[in-house]
Amino acid sequence: MKLSLGPLLYFWERDVVQSFYQSISKSPVDIVYLGEAVCSKRRNLKLDDWLIIADMLDAAGKEVVLTSLALFEAESELGLLKRICGNGRYPVEANDMAAVSLLEDQSPFIVGPHINTYNPSTLALLSESGARRWVMPVELGGETLKQLQQARPDNIETEVFVYGRLPLAFSARCYTARAQNLPKDHCQFCCASYPDGLLLKTRDARSFLTLNGIQTQSASIYNLIYQVPELVSLGVDVLRISPQSEGTLETIDAFYHAMHSEVNGNRKPIEDWQIVDYEFCNGYWYGQEGMLWKRTDEYKNLESALNR
Amino acid sequence: MAITPVGMKRITPELVCPAGSLPALKSAVENGADCVYIGFRDGTNARNFPGLNFSTDEARQAVDYAHDANAKLFLALNTYPKPDQWQAGVRAIDLAAQLKVDALIVADPGLMRYASQNYPELRLHLSVQGSATNHLALDYYKRHFNIQRAVLPRVLSLSQVRRVALEAPVEIEVFGFGSLCIMVEGRCALSSYVTGKSPNASGVCSPAEAVRWEKQGDHLCSRLNGVLIDEFSEHEQAGYPTLCKGRYRVNDSVYYALEEPTSLNVLEILPELMQIGVSAIKVEGRQRSPAYVAGVTRTLRSAIDACINNPEEYQVQPSWMRDLDKVAEGQCHTLGAYHRPWQ
Repeated sequence: MKLSLGPLLYFWERDVVQSFYQSISKSPVDIVYLGEAVCSKRRNLKLDDWLIIADMLDAAGKEVVLTSLALFEAESELGLLKRICGNGRYPVEANDMAAVSLLEDQSPFIVGPHINTYNPSTLALLSESGARRWVMPVELGGETLKQLQQARPDNIETEVFVYGRLPLAFSARCYTARAQNLPKDHCQFCCASYPDGLLLKTRDARSFLTLNGIQTQSASIYNLIYQVPELVSLGVDVLRISPQSEGTLETIDAFYHAMHSEVNGNRKPIEDWQIVDYEFCNGYWYGQEGMLWKRTDEYKNLESALNR
Repeated sequence: MAITPVGMKRITPELVCPAGSLPALKSAVENGADCVYIGFRDGTNARNFPGLNFSTDEARQAVDYAHDANAKLFLALNTYPKPDQWQAGVRAIDLAAQLKVDALIVADPGLMRYASQNYPELRLHLSVQGSATNHLALDYYKRHFNIQRAVLPRVLSLSQVRRVALEAPVEIEVFGFGSLCIMVEGRCALSSYVTGKSPNASGVCSPAEAVRWEKQGDHLCSRLNGVLIDEFSEHEQAGYPTLCKGRYRVNDSVYYALEEPTSLNVLEILPELMQIGVSAIKVEGRQRSPAYVAGVTRTLRSAIDACINNPEEYQVQPSWMRDLDKVAEGQCHTLGAYHRPWQ
């Protein structure tokens, strides 16, 4: 089983991005997805800049994948997509059928979480079109994964989103700009002020969603660390961690240990993983509402160990 | 390969209206719908609400009624079946082919493949739930399944719709009126995040079974599976808690952080849509009453006819807007993403 770092979904300063990936090059992730999946206006890094980071990570022994947008609205965005798909060096993650259409029979690709792969027939179709890995859509759970694993073609790997704020929706409207009373066309790149997105609360002060430009995410962090043994037994090939501005390296280490302690039969406790201040969710895994956090016995033990 | 003429040539768009029951279907046909779309009474379509939609027998009656009146009947089969829902999807396709519906509106690529392999004569329309906003995506569906038409998600500006229509290998259908989805359809899991049920997997958004109304002092609170969607004072009209149309707190402000309760209404841009050459204009609302279907169909029929007969002199009649606003979500309207500043 491998560990991947999903695409950076937020808008960070150029030098922050560069030093972030420098640190990732020394981490135990196997696969790194690079590039912009959310908003085409975010151009702190151009394709050539991403390719420089890609080469650096490649030299450090990482498998690099270039990601692509989940929503295409303008012709210029399709132009950039063509350049990404024709990069000639790194495989591409397709998050829209536009990318699948371009990559089909041209080069092996990865089906991202925003393409709706809900059944074996769709999975077979994408595999025949040249997909060598697929990422399960986030709203699907363990039981569906089990059924899809039993029916998947031989030559396709399965990746599961296991940690991060859930990417739940995309719109034409930029909600971060709306929160500042700015139109999208004059957004002043205000999403740069929110390195982990902008928190939306209910009127009774419950953290609910995260606004990230045209993307809406969960406020809680989806966390399947206690499901790692189950993911292993289901034959999942890759676990995906979604970058956050803080704690990503620690998260990577925690998952790395969770994966490898299983192999050794000696489960390293996760107590030293100092992230229990986050609100977590895992309901989707159980086929229930995604916002639900079902506390496993292990998590309850951890809570009592920390006297919480 | 049949390519619909698009571009500068003005063509007469079909008016495609919703029906959640036989009386609604009759209202649509009697008031001038060219096509009516329906769904089966199960989780195979995106309006899977209690008491709504058609049994096999009713669907047969619907096809007969529409065809006798020279109207077309489309069947919406636009959820994404998980493995344990697959057989229901396949059965719906078999049935639609037997019933000789005029088109199947599909979102799931697996189901599209089944339909095109088993019933090559069955006309396929890519549902709005298929999330296709560009001609490259449409190329894929045309190439693999020979789809004939695509319904565009409500996220494109007018100039972007024009561009897609120009390059698309298939006919283009756009939304003209009804409750406004502000997210890319087919890529929104907000409802399952809160309730466990989404349009993709269950054919519902913000399902009624998860709604609770609560009186708190002189305020009325609407909750969806416990999550506070909105709070209304005595002077405010309380709307259904669709979760993207609630009031929330961001930074220090409470406002409609995603969208106000409002309906899409394209009457103002009808001449432009026709000039673009869209093949069909669709009305949302299979969950609405026969009276809604009758009123909206009648108004849009009048507007489209006026625009066809004399496009240069076309003007939105105040009575049309009044009639539509009466039945609109939030009693008001917007051009949504068609109008760039909305974004």
